[in-house]
Amino acid sequence: MAAAGAALFLRMATVTVLLETQGLVKRFGGVVALDGLDLAVAENEILGLIGPNGSGKTTLFNVITGIYAADGGRVTFAGADITSASSRAVYRAGIARTFQRSRLALPLSIFDNIMIGNHQQLTQGLWFNLMRRRAFRREFETAYRLARELIDAFEPALAERMFEPVGGLPMIDRRRIEICRALISQPKLLLLDEPSAGMTHDETAELMNDIFLVRERNAALTIIIIEHEMGVIERITDRCVVLNFGRKIAEGRYRDITADAQVQEAYLGVA
Amino acid sequence: MPAEKPEAALWPVLCALACATVYLGALLAAERQTLIIALLAVGVAAVAGAAWFGLLERVGRSFTAHENAFGGGAIVAALALAGFFHDNHFVLLLMVTVLLYSVATLGLNVQFGYAGVVNFAGASFFGIGAYTSAVLNAQTNVPHLLVIVIGGLLAALAGSLLLLPVLRTRGHYAAVVTIAFALLFKTFLEVNDVLGGPQGMQVKGMTLFGWSFNDSIEIGGISASFYLNYFVLSLLMLIGAFVLVQRLERSWIGLNLDALRLDETAAACFGLNVARWKITAFLIGNFLIGAAGALFGMVGGFVAPNNYTFADSLILVSILLLGGIGNPWGLVLATIIVVVLPEKLQTLQEYRFFLYALMVIAVLLFRPEGLWPRPVRRYFSGWRP
Repeated sequence: MAAAGAALFLRMATVTVLLETQGLVKRFGGVVALDGLDLAVAENEILGLIGPNGSGKTTLFNVITGIYAADGGRVTFAGADITSASSRAVYRAGIARTFQRSRLALPLSIFDNIMIGNHQQLTQGLWFNLMRRRAFRREFETAYRLARELIDAFEPALAERMFEPVGGLPMIDRRRIEICRALISQPKLLLLDEPSAGMTHDETAELMNDIFLVRERNAALTIIIIEHEMGVIERITDRCVVLNFGRKIAEGRYRDITADAQVQEAYLGVA
Repeated sequence: MPAEKPEAALWPVLCALACATVYLGALLAAERQTLIIALLAVGVAAVAGAAWFGLLERVGRSFTAHENAFGGGAIVAALALAGFFHDNHFVLLLMVTVLLYSVATLGLNVQFGYAGVVNFAGASFFGIGAYTSAVLNAQTNVPHLLVIVIGGLLAALAGSLLLLPVLRTRGHYAAVVTIAFALLFKTFLEVNDVLGGPQGMQVKGMTLFGWSFNDSIEIGGISASFYLNYFVLSLLMLIGAFVLVQRLERSWIGLNLDALRLDETAAACFGLNVARWKITAFLIGNFLIGAAGALFGMVGGFVAPNNYTFADSLILVSILLLGGIGNPWGLVLATIIVVVLPEKLQTLQEYRFFLYALMVIAVLLFRPEGLWPRPVRRYFSGWRP
C-alpha cells in the first residue's frame, strides 16, 4: 500500500507543488503534536487530512497560518518560505481558512463577517474612512454587491438577510458564511477545519454540495480539508494524508488508504 | 420574499423627542424634592407604559429610518432647553457637564466599546486635559481653542505610555495596568507642587478672539448666564465628537475594531493588524477624553487631584454600561441620567450613590446590553439594500 501511495505522489510531483512542509515540528511542553511532518500539496488538489483526535491535524493548520510558531522544519507556500510568518502575512500570501469551532463574530451581521475576510481589498486609511464618505459609500456598495453575489450562490435566503446578526443562524448557515468569508479574498489555498462539525446528517450532505460548488466556481483553488466524516472525505478528496501522533502514516486515494493496516490500527486499535 | 415594508413615519420619533425634552426641562426646573421624586416616578411609569403598549417599538422603527432628522431635532432640543434656562447658572453648568462627560464617554466607548481595550483611568486622562488648560492658560498665550486640542494630544501622549503594557496583556490584566495608572496619576498630582499639590490650581476662563467666556452676556436686553458661552462651545464639541465616533463605527475601521474585540486570532488570520488598530482606538479615545477635560477645566475654573480619582473613572465606565456599550445615542442618554439624577436628589445625600449603584446593578441584571443597546451596524443611516 505504501508503494501505491508513493507511486501516486510521484505522479503528482510532476505538477506544481503549492504547499510543502519539511520535517515540521511543534511541541507543547512534553507533547509532540507535529513530529517531523513532511507533506506536499499540489496545485488544484483537494487533499483530505485525516487521523484520530489529537493526531496533529488542527495543529498543522495553526502552524501553517502562523497562529503557532513551529519548533522545527519548514513550510513553503508557492515557493516562498512562510515558516515563521505572522497570520497576517500568511493571509496576504493567499491562504484562507475556516475554524473547527466556528469563529464568526456572532453579534455582527452576515455582511460584516464576510467583510472581515475582505480586509485586504478594503481601503483602511483613517482619512478615507472618516472624511471621504462619498468614496467610502462607493466602495461599500461594490463590496456589498460582491458579498451578496457570493452568498447567493450558496444560499439565496441568506442574501436577503445580509444585515442580520449571525448569532441567530443555524450551524450550516454559519459554516457557509465562514466559507464565504474565506473565499472573498480569492485565496490560492483554502483550509477547511472539520466543516461538518456540529451538523446533522442532512446538513453534512448539503455542505458537501457547497464544497463542490466552491470548486466549480473556482477551479484553480487548492483545498486541504480536515474531516471526521469519512463519507465527505470519500466523495470530495483527490488524495488523503493520514496523521497519527504528529506523523504521516499513510497517503494515497481514500479507498487505498482505508485498506492500510497502519491506518486501521490507528483508528480501531487493532493490528 | 416578504413584501417591501413601507418606510416608517418621522413623527413618532420627533414626538418622543419633544416629550423627553419637556420632561427633562420640568425635571431641571423642579426644586421641591417631593416634586422631583414624583416626576421621576411619572417618567419611569411613562417609559414602562410606552413599552407595554408597543409605542417604544414604533418610535424605534421611526428612529432607524430617520436618524439624521432625530439628530437635528436633538440639537434643537438642547438649544431650546439652554434658552429656557438662560439665566440659571446651576442648570446650565449641569448641562455643560452632561455635554462634556458625553464627549469623554464617547472616547471611552471607542476604546472599550469597539476595540475592547479596557480603560479604568478615564478620569485621569480627563484630568490631564484639565491640568493642561490650567497650566497653559496661566503661563502662556496659546489660543484657548488650541489649548483644548493640546489637552487632547497630551492625554493621547500620556496614554501611549500605557500602550505597551496594554498591548501585551489582555482582559483583567490590561484593566489592572490602567487602574495602576489612575492611582499613580493622582499621587503624582498630589506630590507635585508645580501643579498645585493637593490644593490644586485655578484655571483661567476661556477667551475666544478677545471675548471672555466668563463675562455674563446681554442679548437684546436679556441678560444670560456666562455658562451659556460654554454651553454653545460644548455642544459644538459634542456634535463633532459624535459625528466622528459614529462615522468611525460605520466604516471599515469600526468593523476592524469589532473583529479584533470579538476574536483577535481570527481577525489576524484575515490580515488585520491587531496592534495598529488597538493603538488607533486607544489614541482617538484618549484624545476625545483629554479635549473634553481641557474645556471642562476652563468651565469649572479649578482643578484638584481629588476630582480625577479612580472612583470618577468608574463612573465613566458605568455610564458606558448603563447606556449600552457601543451606541453613541445610548451614551448621551446615560450621561444625562448619571449626571442629572444625583444633582436633583440632594435630600438623599449619601444615599444617592447607593441608589445609583442599585440602578447600575438593575440594568446589568435586566438589560445586560444597556438601556439603549447597540444595533447591528448600518453603514449609512436610512440605507436599505
